[in-house]
Amino acid sequence: MSTGAGAATLLEVSGISVSFDGFKAINNLSFSIGRAELRAVIGPNGAGKTTFMDIVTGKTRPDEGSVLWGPMSTNLLKRNEAQIARAGIGRKFQKPTVFEDQSVTDNLMMALKAHRAPWRVLFWRAGARDAARVREVAEQVGLAEQLPRKAGELSHGQKQWLEIGMLLAQEPQLLLVDEPAAGMTLAEREQTTALLVALARDHAVVVVEHDMEFVRRLDCKVTVLHEGSVLAEGSLDHVTADKRVIEVYLGR
Amino acid sequence: MKPGFLSKNPSVLWFLAILACFTLVITLLSHAYGPGVISTSMVKTLGKTLCLCLIAIAMDLVWGYTGILSLGHFAFFGLGGYMIGMWLMYERTRDIVLASAGDFPMTQQEVRDAIGTQIFGVVGGSDLPAIWTFAGSLPMQLLFVVLVPGLLALIFGWLAFRSRVTGVYLSILTQAMTLALSLYLFQNESGLRGNNGLSGLQNIPGLAADQDHSSVWFLWASAFALALGYVLSAAIVSGKFGSVIRGIRDDEARVRFLGYPVEGYKLFVFTLTAVIAAIAGALYYPQAGIINPGEMAPIASIYLAVWVAIGGRGRLYGAVMGAFFVSIVSSWFTGGRVPDLPLGFYTVKWVDWWQVLLGLSFVLVTLLAPKGLSGLVDLLAHIRSPRRGGTPMGPDQGSLQQEEARE
Repeated sequence: MSTGAGAATLLEVSGISVSFDGFKAINNLSFSIGRAELRAVIGPNGAGKTTFMDIVTGKTRPDEGSVLWGPMSTNLLKRNEAQIARAGIGRKFQKPTVFEDQSVTDNLMMALKAHRAPWRVLFWRAGARDAARVREVAEQVGLAEQLPRKAGELSHGQKQWLEIGMLLAQEPQLLLVDEPAAGMTLAEREQTTALLVALARDHAVVVVEHDMEFVRRLDCKVTVLHEGSVLAEGSLDHVTADKRVIEVYLGR
Repeated sequence: MKPGFLSKNPSVLWFLAILACFTLVITLLSHAYGPGVISTSMVKTLGKTLCLCLIAIAMDLVWGYTGILSLGHFAFFGLGGYMIGMWLMYERTRDIVLASAGDFPMTQQEVRDAIGTQIFGVVGGSDLPAIWTFAGSLPMQLLFVVLVPGLLALIFGWLAFRSRVTGVYLSILTQAMTLALSLYLFQNESGLRGNNGLSGLQNIPGLAADQDHSSVWFLWASAFALALGYVLSAAIVSGKFGSVIRGIRDDEARVRFLGYPVEGYKLFVFTLTAVIAAIAGALYYPQAGIINPGEMAPIASIYLAVWVAIGGRGRLYGAVMGAFFVSIVSSWFTGGRVPDLPLGFYTVKWVDWWQVLLGLSFVLVTLLAPKGLSGLVDLLAHIRSPRRGGTPMGPDQGSLQQEEARE
């Protein structure tokens, strides 16, 4: 596992701040992650974890700071959500958001890496390779049996897996994963951990998580957020030994 | 068409078969080709109804599938009617002018002036406005049927979607557009004869046939356009494009995070459906015979939404069923042939009470049968939608413990 410091940086967020109606949700936050790195982001409610993800994915514009992406240091702040997603940033939401009215196959097909422009999509037809890829992803997340079912019929945990599957089908370079283990059994959590660790071998993966046990199992560098900025960064043991971290987060 | 399209969409084949049978039966019972059991005015009503079914399909695409509740699609319908109406009126007036001139030679300019006087005398003018420049050319006006509403939709949609106006605000905006267009056309200065509108459209220039025949031909043309519109729409919604637009309807932000340019999709669907609506209008008004700005009042577009809701949105045949059923029942009730309902203390006159009945059934369908009339098809086909939802179990019990996961 790369430490990120010396390795090629994939995402470089520096000095971003954003306030909503005077409340500073993000305050001079800087963050960077390497090309193949697993990172856990923890912090109490309201620490700015979701806002941070919103900024990286283009949903929220910061008041100041910069978000640079990839070897060309592309400025992501000038791009919209769809363009950022196409650049290679995939996001999994805390609450599983799949298209409930459509089959698991359709959900995965939609996520599958392909042209996104209306005209191209209109004449796009699933080939044998696409079908094989969908099956492969479905097997990876244990939904191969559920392919023809409507996503709305799936259980909460299965929806989580479907969303992870959609993320995989997108083939992003950076995966932003918000509370992946919520609503999963112990066995499923272990499976998720294994999957995330495996992905981090050739992807950048940011996991936002509340569950400390889960973070411990990820065994990676941890960034602690508090009141919109980075409070501590390092191994889990390092940050949990930090006095300020204990005070604001763990001590409660 | 890709192989397997029909097998994946059995409703298309059913629809085409029913439409063909319908057209054939009407033709064989008409005055022109049969015993005349069905009157020519009834043939016209049915032909017009098919055009309304076509615009209902457009509405279903934009609202039922993409989730944009447009209350302005009748503006495009009307514009399409105006574009073809200009040619119909110009050519017919030219025939009259030339006939009355007899052998007396007239220059091109004199003919144009005479046509201008004929058409615009009613609003106190005699000059042909600039927008009538191409009125003498059928190909040009047919092109305008597609281009004018298409461009209006493109510009309007681009401005609205780019600013991410959604939901009820967008509905209000589309309604404002319709109202503005209708009010503009009400003015004599608009160059389309103000509130008089265009009339005499049922007479097709250069066509020697009588109304008995031409009404049946228009029925065929309407049926053909409806069939084409249905197959095209079914092809669009059955593929990945359909997946994406239904995704936009259900969760627009999520589709964005998958990398799809949502605004582009909305603009595409909005413009395409505007063009379909315009074509429907261009077929409708020659059968109606007259078009005036009142046709484009916001209420017409609201009715359109009601048809689609009653028929069942999100299904193409639902939209067709809704438009057909409601407009046929509507013309039956408002035709004054339904016997009054004496209640003793009050007599229900259906001409007045029909709208109340329609409003009531709209509320009832929305509340009790969200699938609308198309739900009846499910009953016939024994399609039961699976029970969804179920209670999510807590994180520790996990997914497979859930009731529905066991089945």
